[in-house]
Amino acid sequence: MAAISRDDVAHLAKLARIDMSDVELDHLAKEMDVILGAVARVQEVAGVDVPATSHPIPVNNVFREDVVKPSLTSQEALSGAPAQSEDRFKVPQILGEE
Amino acid sequence: MTTIKSTAAQMADALAAGSITSVELTQQHLDQIERVDSAVHAFLYVDKEGALEQANAVDVKRKQGDLLSPLAGVPLALKDVMAQKGIPTTCGSKMLEGWRPPYDATVVTKLKNAGVVILGKTNMDEFAMGSSTENSAYGPTHNPWDLTRIPGGSGGGSAAAIAAFEAPLAIGTDTGGSIRQPAAVTGTVGVKPTYGGVSRYGLIAFSSSLDQAGPCARTVLDAALLHEVIAGHDQRDSTSINAPVPQVVKAAKKLDVKGLKIGVVKELGGEGFQAGVLNRFHESLDALVEAGAEIVEVSCPTFDYALAAYYLIAPSECSSNLARFDSMRYGIRIGDDGSRSAEEVMNLTRHEGFGPEVKRRIILGTYALSSGYYDAYYGSAQKVRTLLMRDFSAAFQLADVLVSPTAPTTAFKIGQNDNDPLAMYLNDIATIPVNMAGIGGMSLPSGLADEDGLPAGFQIMSPAMKDDLMYQVGGTLEAALLSRWGAPLLSQAPVLAGK
Repeated sequence: MAAISRDDVAHLAKLARIDMSDVELDHLAKEMDVILGAVARVQEVAGVDVPATSHPIPVNNVFREDVVKPSLTSQEALSGAPAQSEDRFKVPQILGEE
Repeated sequence: MTTIKSTAAQMADALAAGSITSVELTQQHLDQIERVDSAVHAFLYVDKEGALEQANAVDVKRKQGDLLSPLAGVPLALKDVMAQKGIPTTCGSKMLEGWRPPYDATVVTKLKNAGVVILGKTNMDEFAMGSSTENSAYGPTHNPWDLTRIPGGSGGGSAAAIAAFEAPLAIGTDTGGSIRQPAAVTGTVGVKPTYGGVSRYGLIAFSSSLDQAGPCARTVLDAALLHEVIAGHDQRDSTSINAPVPQVVKAAKKLDVKGLKIGVVKELGGEGFQAGVLNRFHESLDALVEAGAEIVEVSCPTFDYALAAYYLIAPSECSSNLARFDSMRYGIRIGDDGSRSAEEVMNLTRHEGFGPEVKRRIILGTYALSSGYYDAYYGSAQKVRTLLMRDFSAAFQLADVLVSPTAPTTAFKIGQNDNDPLAMYLNDIATIPVNMAGIGGMSLPSGLADEDGLPAGFQIMSPAMKDDLMYQVGGTLEAALLSRWGAPLLSQAPVLAGK
């Protein structure tokens, strides 16, 4: 049985906010099945007594003094914006018309 | 006489002695780019005017008698994953086409402060995902040793630029081997410093617990000189290590390995490794023994699972990191015609902006992190990471550094692995464990493989924050091999002509 179906991939694409064509979905479903088959072997050695490591060095919150430092101007920050208006990022509608 | 074939150290000496100016040296490299880059395609953007301006500024300072950094005036190629203020930065993706960052990465700030001349931005696999530079949205880079072959990846542009004498130095980034594997297949030197040794601020993130910037060069000493320019603590990167930078230049000049124990990793060098690559590896071991090192065999049994764990951890982190490309604040935006919602525009933009490998990894990562599969995939991969680090700790009890071939094969043909992502992933089998444990890794040329006459790489791994050890061993091996060869390996590469 396939580890992952075409519908599963379509759902993942929706979660990842990527439109995918039917051809892409067909292709990716097959590839994902092969890749997942190969990577699933991590389970062979991942015993319950082994702690997980997320990072190669200990990661701690790093704080700095709460003082204002030089930073980008709003025009600099907006310089790469696909659209802008009144010193703000302009985005397509987020809520419906009503 | 100083030419584009000189080492960066020689160029620096000539600049200091006044026998050449930085403007002259920079122009020589711009001319070489003009001559060969239509065939190699190492560069995505060449900043002619900016480079000559930077060079002139260094020349003026030198004339005034200002105190300059050792590499001041020496040109460099910058991987397009690094933000450089005002300069197009695409990360090899259509998603960022036309973007000019409003700020400099810390690495770029350090380069500028040191007077290193930035020639331009080099080609790479899209968002640094790949081992061949074929995943660039702007077309592949060609290996200067054979233009029909890949230059490795993801930093194929940086390695090819150095091998083709378009720059003596380059910056790369290494998440699973993207500095070391390109170095191996182009006959150059590449170093992944200890994780946290070089700031990641301004490095467009792929997998944040693995990404690390480092030097690419033609010699170990040149890599060390660049390493000391870019390394050091940065308050803008919370994972940056607040400790003195290992003295890698001093180590590269030591040329002595007497009394050092060199651990050969049993698991890296068997099945799947090309015979000619292994032959050069064993010759290099012999050279180290002659130089006074002791060879011991070490076993790292979890290495067999490193690749599988990597292809869960890196995609998981990338699926999160690449969520920032939402078409709202920078990058391209597709389909915003007033009728579509923000979400629809986002979906369309990510469909158009990302290439197949990036989509594959985002989907894989989304799956590995999803509820119901998290423990079996991402959780298990994190446990493998613990086991890998234990393997390294045990091996470093027996040896000062560990060694292996850098990549299992020499450069393959462009297009050869197009339809087989798993075969492509195998290129990184020997380099990935280093990233998973956050330690240091270097690749330097070990010679040409018998079968195809193409470069093979020798990898040296050193414990975290002991980067100096790999430079010491690398420098010694390089000197020993050079005396056997009589000339640098790259002198055997074909002379390139433009198209």
